Amino acid sequence: MHGRRVSESSAGAEKFGWSRAGLEQFALLSSRFQVPRLRPHELPVLTACCSGVPRCLAGRRVSIRFLVSEKMTEEPDFLGQDSDGGSEEVVLTPAELIERLEQAWMNEKFAPELLESKPEIVECVMEQLEHMEENLRRAKREDLKVSIHQMEMERIRYVLSSYLRCRLMKIEKFFPHVLEKEKTRRDGEPSSLSPEELAFAREFMANTETYLKNVALKHMPPNLQKVDLFRAVPKPDLDSYVFLRVRERQENILVEPDTDEQGDYVIDLEKGSQHLIRYKTIAPLVASGAVQLI
Amino acid sequence: MFCEKAMELVRELHRAPEGQLPAFNEDGLRQVLEEMKALYEQNQSDVNEAKSGGRSDLIPTIKFRHCSLLRNRRCTVAYLYDRLLRIRALRWEYGSVLPNALRFHMSAEEMEWFNNYKKSLATYMRSLGGDEGLDITQDMKPPKSLYIEHFLPRWKCEQLIRQGVLEHILS
Repeated sequence: MHGRRVSESSAGAEKFGWSRAGLEQFALLSSRFQVPRLRPHELPVLTACCSGVPRCLAGRRVSIRFLVSEKMTEEPDFLGQDSDGGSEEVVLTPAELIERLEQAWMNEKFAPELLESKPEIVECVMEQLEHMEENLRRAKREDLKVSIHQMEMERIRYVLSSYLRCRLMKIEKFFPHVLEKEKTRRDGEPSSLSPEELAFAREFMANTETYLKNVALKHMPPNLQKVDLFRAVPKPDLDSYVFLRVRERQENILVEPDTDEQGDYVIDLEKGSQHLIRYKTIAPLVASGAVQLI
Repeated sequence: MFCEKAMELVRELHRAPEGQLPAFNEDGLRQVLEEMKALYEQNQSDVNEAKSGGRSDLIPTIKFRHCSLLRNRRCTVAYLYDRLLRIRALRWEYGSVLPNALRFHMSAEEMEWFNNYKKSLATYMRSLGGDEGLDITQDMKPPKSLYIEHFLPRWKCEQLIRQGVLEHILS
């Protein structure tokens, strides 16, 4: 298995003076860093990597508690304590956690609407970053290890920041719709806003409404002073097309084509296949994790 | 023609390239609001005439003025809202403290909106966990330049270079 991957990449790499052993090492490690279909200018070029998982990351398992059928009323428990029976605990290695972060990041980047909030991932990643920082402080001044760990930390911090920025941007862009969706959300349904994001969205709305009222609307004729922002601000375009890769096989997905001549038809999505499809059709599959936007 | 001034406001922003904030056109806004007031008052009197004096021939004019009022409002709100979006982008571009040149282009109310926005954003970032939260206005680009050039003594790196962990940069 290693042999095959090395021969695929050796043509390019050998001209840079890489030995076979070096190549194998690289192939092994680049699979760990591989993120599907990211555009070149968005990813750092991997020219050097440490041998094996950085020690600051390895060795500490992260416990994420997902409450299955009830509202998340308590903070995620990082110590792995099992308090009530109604919760399902998922233990992730740090590497798995970062993979989940990257998946959430890509989905959020390419989806036209604001996706479900993932507070447990955000909190755990923040915790990991803190641990890494602590380890760095305690470590001896071995230039190489320290800088490689710093590299990893900056990379993770970039992904997390980019993810949160993307969400904030969507919240600001679609604020009346986001707030309305939250208002009409039923108990038990997952929210697309974390409590802090909800507060931010509300403040943004209040700020903007107050501004418009004071600067213009209150000086207008009485029957024109109310502007319905829900109708004035455009909705996210759920009909836009997205690229995806299938992670779990799906059967009988109903596709409604653009033109009226074609009728609705049904397709199956094979595992590992990639598609360009209207977002609206597969939105629930993104939420469930069955497909990954790329 | 009605709504000329309102269209001018919109055109002004349309001409300014992305990210640029022209000076706040207080005069223009005032003129639009005055036009709206005049149109409304004319409509009020015409509506009364139409109702009491039976002048139903005034109705098309009333409708026309009403459309102009709606258009004025739409252009005004679009102008103000688009400026807010540009101001918001400034926070992400320049940080908390704006250069003076830009501040002079903002009205007092816009400044207030900006301060509220900053505060809201700061509260959100602080809440992200840890001691001071996470400043997401940093790390705007992926870390490319981390592959720093180290000057290590040759004997330390020889083995690592052979393993493919390090690359000897000759530039």
